[in-house]
Amino acid sequence: MKFISARRRNPFVAVLLLVAALGAVGITFSAVSNIQPAQASLGTQTQVEDGKKLYLEGCSSCHGLDAQGSMNGPTLIGVGAAAVHFQVSTGRMPLAAPGAQATAKEPIYDVEEVAAMSAYIASLAPGPAIPTSEDLDYSNADVAEGGVLFRINCAQCHQAAGQGGALTQGKYAPNLMQATPQEIYEAMVTGPQSMPVFSNETLPIKDKQAVTAYIMALQEAPSPGGLSLGRLGPVAEGLFMWVAVFAAFIGAAVWIGIKAR
Amino acid sequence: MSTTTDHPVEQVGGATAKYVDQRLGSNKFLGRNLGKVFPDHWSFMLGEIALYSFIVVLLTGTFLTFFYNPSMVEVVYNGSYVPLKGVQMSEAYASSLNISFEVRGGLLIRQMHHWSALIFVAAMAVHMFRVFFTGAFRKPREFNWLVGVGLTALALGAGFTGYSLPDDLLSGTGLQIIRGILQSIPLVGTWAAFLVFGGEFPGTDIIPRLYAAHILLIPGIILALITVHLMMVWTQKHTQFPGPGRTNTNVVGYPLLPVYMAKAGGFFFIVFGIIALIGGLVTVNPIWIFGPYTPDQVSAGTQPDWYIGWLDGALRLMPNWESVIAGFTISWNVLIPSVVIPGILFTGLALYPFLEAWATGDKREHNLLERPRNAPVRTGIGVAAIVFYGILWIGGGNDVIAAAFSLSFNVLSWALRIGLIILPPIAFLITKRICLGLQRKDREKLLHGYESGRVLRLPHGEFIEVHQPLNYKELAVISAKDDLPVLPAPVKVDADGVRNPNYRVDQLRHKLSSFFLRDNIERPTDAEIEAGQAHAAHSAALEAPLHDYEELDQDPVGHGGVLHHPGMPMTNQEQVDQKQ
Repeated sequence: MKFISARRRNPFVAVLLLVAALGAVGITFSAVSNIQPAQASLGTQTQVEDGKKLYLEGCSSCHGLDAQGSMNGPTLIGVGAAAVHFQVSTGRMPLAAPGAQATAKEPIYDVEEVAAMSAYIASLAPGPAIPTSEDLDYSNADVAEGGVLFRINCAQCHQAAGQGGALTQGKYAPNLMQATPQEIYEAMVTGPQSMPVFSNETLPIKDKQAVTAYIMALQEAPSPGGLSLGRLGPVAEGLFMWVAVFAAFIGAAVWIGIKAR
Repeated sequence: MSTTTDHPVEQVGGATAKYVDQRLGSNKFLGRNLGKVFPDHWSFMLGEIALYSFIVVLLTGTFLTFFYNPSMVEVVYNGSYVPLKGVQMSEAYASSLNISFEVRGGLLIRQMHHWSALIFVAAMAVHMFRVFFTGAFRKPREFNWLVGVGLTALALGAGFTGYSLPDDLLSGTGLQIIRGILQSIPLVGTWAAFLVFGGEFPGTDIIPRLYAAHILLIPGIILALITVHLMMVWTQKHTQFPGPGRTNTNVVGYPLLPVYMAKAGGFFFIVFGIIALIGGLVTVNPIWIFGPYTPDQVSAGTQPDWYIGWLDGALRLMPNWESVIAGFTISWNVLIPSVVIPGILFTGLALYPFLEAWATGDKREHNLLERPRNAPVRTGIGVAAIVFYGILWIGGGNDVIAAAFSLSFNVLSWALRIGLIILPPIAFLITKRICLGLQRKDREKLLHGYESGRVLRLPHGEFIEVHQPLNYKELAVISAKDDLPVLPAPVKVDADGVRNPNYRVDQLRHKLSSFFLRDNIERPTDAEIEAGQAHAAHSAALEAPLHDYEELDQDPVGHGGVLHHPGMPMTNQEQVDQKQ
């Protein structure tokens, strides 16, 4: 112990202790904390750089140079790659014009560009990642269970047949008849526009797959009753009855009523 | 022997008629009634559409009762529709799915039943318009109008109870609204809701109760009222439009046998055929998509069938008013649109014939229909009511319309609220003005004939437009206009100093009568009409000298004043004379 006692007043000891303490804290922290960067969406360094370029050109005027948001658009820090993919690949972003809500349209960026932008936004902060093909596999899901979940969670806005519906002030829940499993999953985890977030804690992946399976069944379902009239319910039925059927009856009545000459 | 074979029924029905007559004595009855004459007009067939679609409803409905199970017991679905396999649902819903997917022809019959129900109510509405706008409800047919109003109300009830039976998400949501409406009734609301539903919503009683009403009670009363309705038409005879030879005391038309037997029979098959066609080709109420009803679920775009849509619209457009009186909540937002407004509308509909007769002082019998233009205020009221109804109707689909046309739901609802108040009076005024304009035109035609559009230059240089006399049909139709005087203003105290005890009522009646009649364009007298037509004939005859100009006949096109093609032998006047 003579070695330590003799040198404990040495001016270098303080520095040494500080380094040791900081090192211990750092190692402990990294061992304890469980932050797993979303690997799937992080992408390569090139992707992030390309994405940043595209972001600065196409998005930054509303979402800010550092994606911190502005008067015209929300911050994108923490929205995750899934949100970017959903919004950009369906053409909702970039916004065509300010309005009640972003409208789906022909996408402006191609698949690689969308991937690059997703990687850039994901690199800023962790957020919902783009689902893996395993997440999206609904082949073993229970369609009927998905139907129940759909009617409980989705039908009040998207309508029981997934035909969409009106919300307040010109907003609307879109028609789901063109939606892909990936879009459905991403919409549920990111909650675009007026839609609430259905995180994997609220609605486990298995249930998401069931809902997806039900929507796909609706998309593919034949119409056993004949012409479906857009599956819009009694409004479309009433319109058809008055415009087409009743017109036929009146036509027949006029025809019969014409005097025999 | 010869006495029996001479009967006209036997001449048509032959030995069968004779056989039946010997047992029932029916030939006398048939002979009297089969020759009954009915007037002819396409609009008289609107009521027939209602009758025939009701027959289709009864036939298809009977088929459905063989397979439908009105029970709210929960079962697990195990039928062939995969997206619902293993889902808990009521037996009512399960059996409706069973009808749709398992029973042979079940879906076709279900769809025919639903379509024909929609058509039944629509046909009643249009038939009612015809009766209203032509004044067919006037004395002596007021009671039949009342029967018709009762039938309309029952049809709404029949439709709504049927809409609720499949117990799918749409029908359950509709029942939830019915419960809310019942609860909004002051004082007794909560208890009324418990009474109807047999406890808390949804309970297990409501579907069996609705079923009893839907298949027994309501159709039974409808059938009885239809019988009364038709018997009254039979004994009072059908009204007819004015026309040559038609008066208030005759009926001009064709006999029931064979003309109307063929026409009505044929029309029945047309109606049946069209319903079968759309029942097979067009989906109505795809209950499998909506899923079973549970009170914690609702779908966007939930609507009732079209005939309840106006009530749903009233509910949607009503501002959210509530007040608490002595600890009780009065939900004006439900009470007014779903109890007060339909109450006023149906009461007004039922009382209208009596109100109009009282206001105009018209106590005469009317077997001749009135052209809508000749009753501008009635026509205006009818159009205003249709506009009012139409706006409520649009309101019932406000979310679907907003989504379909990318409109703001809120802006649309406000536009409809404002429109509901200001558009009906505007519609009234415009309609009344159009009617008065048409009346003026009619008067003009009676006094001067119709404008032929041909301008004639007389030898001394004057230009005149040639008027032609009306043909005998148009003359009969237009000159059938029938004017009523405005009721005189009452005097408060008469010449002997006696106060009029009914002064206020008389004054009100005078004002109402003036509202109905003061703008009426008076029909010219018969002498004036005769003179007017003769004058028009004279004007037309003026064309005759033109035929003397041979050179003009070479080129009939491109010359002002060229009236006839070459070689036409007669003057216009001669043609007119020959036609008449």
